[in-house]
Amino acid sequence: MLELRGLSKHFGGVKALDGLDLTVNEGDIFGLIGPNGSGKSTTINLICGVYGVTAGTVHFQGDLMNGKPPHQRLRAGIARTFQNIRLFPNLTVWQNLWVAQNSPRDVSAQGFMPRWFGATRRTREEIAGLLELADLGHKSDELASNLAFGEQRRLEFARAAAARPRLLLLDEPAAGMSRAEIDDLSLRIRRVRDSGVTILLVEHVMELVMGVTEQIVVLNFGHKIAFGTPGEVQRNKDVQAAYLGTSSSESQPLDGSV
Amino acid sequence: MSYYLGLTQLIGIHTLLGLSAYILMLTGQLSLGQAGFFAIGAYSAGILTVIFELPILPALLAGAFIAAFFAFFVGFPALRVKGLMLVVATIAFGEFVRLFFFNLSWRVPRGDIEVGPDSTNGFREIRYFVANGWSAWEITAFVWIFVILVMAVLWWTDRSRAGAVLRAVGEDELAAQSVGINLTAVKVAAMTAGGFIAGIGGALYAHTATYIDHLTFTVLLATFAISYPILGGLSSVFGTLVAVIFIQGVLVEGLRFLGDWRNIVFGLLIIAAMNLKPSGLFDPRTSQLLKRAVGLGGGE
Repeated sequence: MLELRGLSKHFGGVKALDGLDLTVNEGDIFGLIGPNGSGKSTTINLICGVYGVTAGTVHFQGDLMNGKPPHQRLRAGIARTFQNIRLFPNLTVWQNLWVAQNSPRDVSAQGFMPRWFGATRRTREEIAGLLELADLGHKSDELASNLAFGEQRRLEFARAAAARPRLLLLDEPAAGMSRAEIDDLSLRIRRVRDSGVTILLVEHVMELVMGVTEQIVVLNFGHKIAFGTPGEVQRNKDVQAAYLGTSSSESQPLDGSV
Repeated sequence: MSYYLGLTQLIGIHTLLGLSAYILMLTGQLSLGQAGFFAIGAYSAGILTVIFELPILPALLAGAFIAAFFAFFVGFPALRVKGLMLVVATIAFGEFVRLFFFNLSWRVPRGDIEVGPDSTNGFREIRYFVANGWSAWEITAFVWIFVILVMAVLWWTDRSRAGAVLRAVGEDELAAQSVGINLTAVKVAAMTAGGFIAGIGGALYAHTATYIDHLTFTVLLATFAISYPILGGLSSVFGTLVAVIFIQGVLVEGLRFLGDWRNIVFGLLIIAAMNLKPSGLFDPRTSQLLKRAVGLGGGE
């Protein structure tokens, strides 16, 4: 479904990502992990089209994505969330979901006036469904900036789902979450996958990655150093060195205990 | 009486100018080029009624469309620059337009005299209203029909998905494009709509003033254009209207006795307003307070 070949991004002399090959199959929950600065977020930004590639290709469902702007990639079926939540703070919860209805079906099925200046019953029903997904039904008229942290994460998740993606890129969705919230998030991620969405999960929180993903790629300094199931990756010597051999404050044991 | 009617017309025209900047500011674009679009509307409509002897309505609409046409093409290069660089780029555009009209001479004989833009001497005899015997009341009503129409359309847009999308782009461009919003289309559309609204304002201005020259359309006018929505805030179109009434009605006219000193007061007030009310006089909190106060008053 998603194929990255020789994907590279250089910022001046810094090789944030250097020749990454990666294949995500339909229906996967695919993990992408690595220490800080290893190129995880860069990978997401290259897949979404926020950055242009230095070299390499991004294919999605067989189509070359290179050179396409982010909104076209979204319409092709790639949606994302952000590491540091990026909602529209002065729009209401409802409006945050409303502006995100940009799936091909939404774009082509409605005429210009209903799409931009009306809100059809179907639109309202879909937003109600998304609010339910995010457990935010009671806050639909609240400004996004007034939501609690966990609620903002859930809204961002629902906003990404509003575009009916085929592939959902989650950039550290568990950052700052409590254990209970992480369990809740795992559940939501599985539920979304079961509804037919492929997931690429970038994460630091090992509890979540090891619990929910089926395959993992480990990056370090822009290179792929390991690939396999969670169990295989945990036993990999290079991975242990990358995580434990550094003095980075982000280093954590890979068995998920903190 | 005619003094107050003239002031009312001016307030209406400046409201249009302010709203042209308002819609751009919703998308996070700060333009000091609005005086340029205003000038294009003023000169185009003036030329159409004076040289081509068209009625006011088609001339006004043509002026607005011509301004929108230029705004559309300014919109594309403007995408590449943000913040201060956009301000500088749009100043350059405004000055380009002003200097074009500074040099434009297009004179045609009409009876004993020649009419049309006369470069440095300005564009005189834009006498459509006078020639057709409109009273000051009728002119004022004509101006305000457009002000109310534009305000109604913008108010309605603000409540629609289109308005939410404009604001989404203004709040976070990266998030907006990541949820599938076409930044180029939205920003260029806002710029074009802003040009159209400024064009209407300019066309009305030329015909109420009957005389325009390039000095009307300097950066000072563009500064007024953005100071209205800055002062009035971006939560509603009414903020811009109140700001125009305050600046044009109270400050510019009310402080006339101060002579040139009033410009200093004006500057101080802008600085004070930006410090005390960084998101405008009518930020969401103040609006809520006002609503509550009105609700309380109604209950007693």
